[in-house]
Amino acid sequence: MATNDGAEARKEIFRTTGILAGLTAFEFLLAGIKGSIPGWTGLSEETVRLLVLVTFVVLTIFKAFYIVAYFMHLKHEVRRLAFTIVLPFLFIIWLIIGLLSEGGYYGKSTKQMSVRSVNHVESSIA
Amino acid sequence: MSDVSVDPKALVEGERPAFNASYGKLMMWFFLVSDAFTFSALLITYGSLRVRTVAEGFSWANPEKVFTHTPILYDVFHIEAPLVFVGLMTFILILSSVTMVLAVEAGHRKSQREVSKWVAYTIVGGIAFLSCQAYEWYHFIEGSHHGAYMLEAGALDGMNVPGVKQGAAVKVFPVKDAAGEVVELRLTSGVPIQNKAVAQKLIANAEHTEGGANLRANEYGPPAFADLFFFVTGFHGTHVASGVLLLIILQVNVNKGTYERRGHYEMTEKIGLYWHFVDLVWVFVFTFFYLV
Repeated sequence: MATNDGAEARKEIFRTTGILAGLTAFEFLLAGIKGSIPGWTGLSEETVRLLVLVTFVVLTIFKAFYIVAYFMHLKHEVRRLAFTIVLPFLFIIWLIIGLLSEGGYYGKSTKQMSVRSVNHVESSIA
Repeated sequence: MSDVSVDPKALVEGERPAFNASYGKLMMWFFLVSDAFTFSALLITYGSLRVRTVAEGFSWANPEKVFTHTPILYDVFHIEAPLVFVGLMTFILILSSVTMVLAVEAGHRKSQREVSKWVAYTIVGGIAFLSCQAYEWYHFIEGSHHGAYMLEAGALDGMNVPGVKQGAAVKVFPVKDAAGEVVELRLTSGVPIQNKAVAQKLIANAEHTEGGANLRANEYGPPAFADLFFFVTGFHGTHVASGVLLLIILQVNVNKGTYERRGHYEMTEKIGLYWHFVDLVWVFVFTFFYLV
């Protein structure tokens, strides 16, 4: 607890601010130039899209870590509390995997169904 | 117990704190975990519906083409600047988070004057963010001047479209597929015209008109996009608004000397946790709604 040492705590706050602002500025820049990356590097559009997506997600997790660890002081709490709070989010990771793949599956199946029903209607007319 | 982050005065006398944190702080953390689950569910719903819509063959909305309005730049010079305003909103929220954590730090030193100052800045930041959101919602709902089509009077006659009277001139929103071709039309009421050939024939000679968005149809893409935009940013905005309310109560109490009498400024820490959480959620909303 930095009761009597406010200068040290403020230094940490400004360092964290710098990191958060820097990461956000980088994300913003990346969003601005992502359309031109395939032209510069010769990579396929699909690859660039995936790389940019992964970069965004990783940077977001970094930012979340800095906010939770330093702004919310979780790094300075006892470790048991930190684990109690962070570990339940393993379920969220599972939910992400589960629902994204389910969404894709459902989308594909309804697409096929609509094609089939159109064919069915046409054949019944004929 | 040098690393104990709890003020002994915030405890019931003789109590040994679980996790070395006071009851109030611990409960705030647990509330935030449950709230984070709610936001996770909303954002995962967004992902799931987006993946589904793309798998069905529609194109999802492109945020760079949706969020292009910036005050002054757009209103005075009519320049469309993708994502600039959202970037500004993000910085406002990060800065208000910084002033909040400075207030918490001042609270550790029991400096009434400094806590009051930093909390005031945080309130200003929160209100600025809410105002930005109001501007953004306004332009999202209002849409662009050429986002939709106005069908000629009677264009839908004989097609048996629910809710459309004979000879009515109707506004329709185009829904596109991955290749950018119009495959479906939606009335403002959300009723779809799901035949690609008919849809393209209808809009071939139609004039462009004011677009926009409601919960049933929008000019940006599939209806689910606007639904989720309203729900997720609205839910986040509600959190910001209640955060501002909490901060105002905190400000009043700080100025009245309540925490001076109580001997500790733990309330600043608890409200600070909530405020940082709101910032944390925005970090995710920013990435998944505006960047990806």
